[in-house]
Amino acid sequence: MHISKRDGIATWKAWLIRLIAVLIALVVAGFVIMMVGSMRGVSLNPIKVYMSMADGAFGTSSSWMITKMRSWITIRDCMILTCIAIGLAPAFKMRFWNIGAEGQMLVGAIGAAFCMINLAGKVPTPVLFLCMVVFAILAGAFWGFIPGFFKARWNTNETLFTLMMNYIAIQLTSFCVALWEYPPGSNSVGTINGAGKPNTYIGWIGNLFKKGFDDDYMIVVLIVLFLAALMYIYLRYTKQGYEIAVVGESENTARYSGIRVPYVYMRTMAISGAICGFAGFLAVSAVSRTISIDTAGGRGFTAIIVAWLAKMNPFVMIGISALLTFMSKGAIQIASDFGLNEYVSQIITGIILFFILGCEFFLNYQVHFGKQKQ
Amino acid sequence: MKRLLAILMCLLMVLSIVGCQSGAKSDAKEEAPFKVGAVLVGDENEGYTYAHIEGIKGALKRLGLSEENVIWKYTVGETEACYDACVDCVAKGAKLVITNSYGHQSFCEQAAAKYPDVEFVAMTGDTAKKSGLANFHNAFTNIYEARYVGGVVAGMKLQQLIDEGKVEDKNKDGENIKIGYVGAYPYAEVVSGYTAFYLGIKSVVPNVVMDVQYTNSWFNITAESEAAKALIERGCIIIGQHADSTGAPATCEEYLTKKNTTVYSVGYNVDMLANAPTAALTSPTNEWVEYYTYAIGAVLKGEKFDTNWAKGFADDAVAVTKLGPSCAPGTQEKVDELIAAFKAGKLNVFDTNTFTVGGVKVEEAFATDTDGDWVNDADNAVFDGYYHESYFQSAPSFSLRIDGITELN
Repeated sequence: MHISKRDGIATWKAWLIRLIAVLIALVVAGFVIMMVGSMRGVSLNPIKVYMSMADGAFGTSSSWMITKMRSWITIRDCMILTCIAIGLAPAFKMRFWNIGAEGQMLVGAIGAAFCMINLAGKVPTPVLFLCMVVFAILAGAFWGFIPGFFKARWNTNETLFTLMMNYIAIQLTSFCVALWEYPPGSNSVGTINGAGKPNTYIGWIGNLFKKGFDDDYMIVVLIVLFLAALMYIYLRYTKQGYEIAVVGESENTARYSGIRVPYVYMRTMAISGAICGFAGFLAVSAVSRTISIDTAGGRGFTAIIVAWLAKMNPFVMIGISALLTFMSKGAIQIASDFGLNEYVSQIITGIILFFILGCEFFLNYQVHFGKQKQ
Repeated sequence: MKRLLAILMCLLMVLSIVGCQSGAKSDAKEEAPFKVGAVLVGDENEGYTYAHIEGIKGALKRLGLSEENVIWKYTVGETEACYDACVDCVAKGAKLVITNSYGHQSFCEQAAAKYPDVEFVAMTGDTAKKSGLANFHNAFTNIYEARYVGGVVAGMKLQQLIDEGKVEDKNKDGENIKIGYVGAYPYAEVVSGYTAFYLGIKSVVPNVVMDVQYTNSWFNITAESEAAKALIERGCIIIGQHADSTGAPATCEEYLTKKNTTVYSVGYNVDMLANAPTAALTSPTNEWVEYYTYAIGAVLKGEKFDTNWAKGFADDAVAVTKLGPSCAPGTQEKVDELIAAFKAGKLNVFDTNTFTVGGVKVEEAFATDTDGDWVNDADNAVFDGYYHESYFQSAPSFSLRIDGITELN
């Protein structure tokens, strides 16, 4: 048996390999589930566990109301995750390891929440939304710009720098929660402008076009799809997108061809941060209507996997996000249906991710069995 | 490669056939007519939620229902996940949805506003009355009564230690003996609890002062352990707690048995004897089963139930766990006597003759906030000689910082 690097691989072949990887992962995870079951003295059927996961994500075994509701929640969370991944795309394409999406999203969320709390009722609603978006984008862009600037100026290590910026953002969020907590001492902001509070439902994006309160996430879907298209065009067809690609391939080539590399670093990181900040706005205004250190909830890190697996293609990101969101929603359902701990489903997610990431090896390399032929 | 694939495919097929066969048997589930949604912040591994799960299960048993009637939602965070879980329960046909953490409250209220036909309860919450929603409820227990009893148990132990000459100079601040308290957050629920505990000890040993160390978390073993350590190092000889882990009792046990330091612990929620067999005296606990029986029963019968509910020993809604072997002799008799007094309505924890604020007896203290700034401005709870805790609303409202208690952070 020997291994050689592939020159290239047909698209259908690549996807077949990925599909096989997922199937193998499900089989392996199935054995793990049965093992866990036998340890607890119950017989767990893997197929039923997977059906239960589908039920958790899409309400497949329940009434239409549940199906609709759970599907919307899954779609919503998938879109937010995609939005962050879109933000990471330009930075990663530049080979700038921005693992600070968590922090950039949080500061964006702080910006949006700040406006929601302090400006609601004082300015017209469209102005409020404008402020929320602008604050979130500026905050995120600033948070992304800082490591970009340091990299451009002093060639600091961006991986460590962006990682550290996350912790600062988390502490900053804690501070703001303490500042805005409702009631004082409870360490929670509660739903901002929620039912029973003044300025009810102001700043909730689902209520942009109608009165009252409704769970409407269509607007999130539209915005993120639009962003995905925009990013696709930006990376593929614009001069800036080309510059990013060249800097990513080789900094020296970029310099030689007259690209101002430091400037590209700073600009790209500001854009990357801005989109992550915008994701923070979406999380606050459209989804949670509150702010806490869980507002990002690790999604800034999950998005790294999404962006990477999708090879910076915004549309593929939607698919990867969907898979990961499906897994996490299914996880919660398993816990409830089988009395399993939620960690079991995280094990399943881990196994599937392992196989998906692992199969990239087979996409890049060819394995020859038997005697080596010359 | 092909062979490998073929093997895998076979395996997959065999697995799915096995799956379908065993799946067919138990899949025929009937939709039960009555459903209760339980949205819980933790699962059975966490003491606070465990007590709620036991409470709900007990209530089901008493009402002749089974677990088929419950939609369990475990480890639901204090985020939009809570709202989603509430709505999910409604969509699954729940007629009553219960959330068990304080931080769930505003999300629960949101769901209540959206689904007026379904009853919602935010346990330990405090905004139901103000919300004006007919289907939104709060409930708590008079846990301060149990904390007071816990304080008396600790006080009797302290008296025994004094009599045996085990109270050293480091345990004293002037003439006063130092005790400590590990609190979660600096707001009314915790303040009310530690004040009751302190007054309980003080009713036995008058010359005590108490230090309170906050952890800013409901459940954090490390932080609670660290806080207990800090208090013990300061010379506190009794450690009470209002936090959910076993961190503080375990630390007391370590100091008592390994470091030759006299210190005893009063826990919370669950019996701490497993973690601190010698240091643990007792734990005040909530008997949620009483409330759950009341609320679930009311919804089952289609009756209205209280917007605010808070009951104590009189309705068996609170208790103290089995006394530890270290308790002073005669403690059980005293505990029984106190519980009987509570049941007879003869004992009031926040008797204004037993404490002062700034050296002055309290004549007026508001229990309700009407204008939304979270500063209580209405309903004077001080009358008939005591502060009426959980009288105007179920959640504790006593937030006076009385003399003798110092908040360290």
